[in-house]
Amino acid sequence: MTSLPPPATKKLGLVIDLDICVGCHACAVACKEWNDGGQFGPLPDEHPYGKDPLGVWFNRVHSYEIEPAQTTQPAMTVHFPRSCLHCETPDCVTVCPTGASYKRAEDGIVLVDDAKCIGCQLCAWACPYGAREYSEQRGTMQKCTLCVDRIYNESFEEYDRQPACVMACPTRARHFGDLGDPDSDVAKLVAERDGYDLMPETGYQPVNKYLPPRPRRAGCATTPAAVEKEEADFSSSPLLRWMDRILSR
Amino acid sequence: MRPAFSVIFFTVISGCGYGLLFLLAVMLALAPQVLDQHEALAALALGVIFAAMGLASSLLHLGQPQRAWRALSQWRSSWLSREGVAALVTFAPALALAWLLWRGDLGSAAREAGALLACCALLTVWCTARIYSSLKTIFAWHNTLVLPGYLLFALLGGSVWLWLLDALVGASRLQPLLPLAAAISAALAAALKRDYWILVDRGASASTPESATGLGRFGRVRSVEAPHTEENYLTREMGFALARKHATRLRVIALVLFACVPVLGAVLAAFVLPEKSVALHTLDALIAALSATAGLFIERWLFFAQAKHLVMLYYGARANSA
Repeated sequence: MTSLPPPATKKLGLVIDLDICVGCHACAVACKEWNDGGQFGPLPDEHPYGKDPLGVWFNRVHSYEIEPAQTTQPAMTVHFPRSCLHCETPDCVTVCPTGASYKRAEDGIVLVDDAKCIGCQLCAWACPYGAREYSEQRGTMQKCTLCVDRIYNESFEEYDRQPACVMACPTRARHFGDLGDPDSDVAKLVAERDGYDLMPETGYQPVNKYLPPRPRRAGCATTPAAVEKEEADFSSSPLLRWMDRILSR
Repeated sequence: MRPAFSVIFFTVISGCGYGLLFLLAVMLALAPQVLDQHEALAALALGVIFAAMGLASSLLHLGQPQRAWRALSQWRSSWLSREGVAALVTFAPALALAWLLWRGDLGSAAREAGALLACCALLTVWCTARIYSSLKTIFAWHNTLVLPGYLLFALLGGSVWLWLLDALVGASRLQPLLPLAAAISAALAAALKRDYWILVDRGASASTPESATGLGRFGRVRSVEAPHTEENYLTREMGFALARKHATRLRVIALVLFACVPVLGAVLAAFVLPEKSVALHTLDALIAALSATAGLFIERWLFFAQAKHLVMLYYGARANSA
């Protein structure tokens, strides 16, 4: 059924901290590894090796440079992991003609039923976040499952019941939890750090939130001035003044 | 967007088929006596064949075509599903009409079946257009000009092929009705397409790399490193940029083929060609039909190839740059 379920109270999702993400791609690799061997695997590659490697990944880590409006500030580099945001009102679900693409009523996870998918790829066209990648090998659409085969897996220890990307992150830039519960750790984190939605203007109401980079320390901003000063100022000692005189001839 | 040939063929040829069925059905519903029984049957067959060919081509686009029947289930939410249902339902009044025509019955039952067929054909093309125009992620598709464009192009495609069939089978019984329909729909389609191209070239979606990443509050966002060194599904499917170099020239070629040639052909048919010469009229109609169809293919190719998808913002695309 590709009509959306009534809004659920439970909204499982991720919170991604752009302040501390170092762009190491561990989340992407751990995701690929788990989903290649887990219940939903294999996560296929069309050409894993060779001239034009091509395959499905659920996480893609971009790197951006941000040029501040005031030129006195140095530019900032932000690493940006991109994956399915498990939106509350996603078009990728409603455009599906077969009922393969669905949003779970109980926890809001957006999934694809591989046995029903006809591979028309309309859902990938409908997603502005690039969350869905088609597998030519399977002839069906693939997407992040929020590791649904981990988070409810009772054969796992409690602390292992988290998505593989969250487990793997060495800087703990990724957090998993119920964003529908205002008392959850993730919801508190979002409130405290001013977590935000990607492309809110498209109206899909992503569940996943991003935490903005914290303001850079003021010391940073003064660096260029300090460099300039060191180059020009020879007046502080007689020796330097003498050297400057000699070398300026 | 990557212009997949199966989808282009599907939208163009099924558009011609449903446009033809629409015109034929309207004629049968309003004035059944103007049509010859055999001509009407032949036209019905041609329309159904075009529609079926288009639908078969759409199956080639699927990764799991054997499951295509599942696409009929989600008509409550999905325009693609609605299109599938409408396309199949259209065959019912078409077959009923074929049976009535076969029996030579052009009475009220045929008129009712004709009216129903016209509605179904219109609805099918409507749904096809809405598959594209409902996608908020693609500015070039998510606008009010896409739906009338699909309807007009279906009418144009249908009228040129019906015109050719009329010249071949009916010895131009429906002169000057069909050339006139072709000329009017061609002129309207050309005007609409002009507005569409202006809109697509000037306009841009509200989203930017800044809103896509949410980092606009810090300054201008520039992609310094992509997540992958090679192409991936997204950049191949949504990042198609080949067309942009020759776009202007292709637009002119499309306009000449789908608008100028059919209008010229219609003028020739109505005022210049000798009334009795079946061969000349057939040749004229054939040129108009082939030219219009070729123009439709180029127009549809551009419709896909020039459309930009929001996901490319993450790869550093700017809305107004190539």
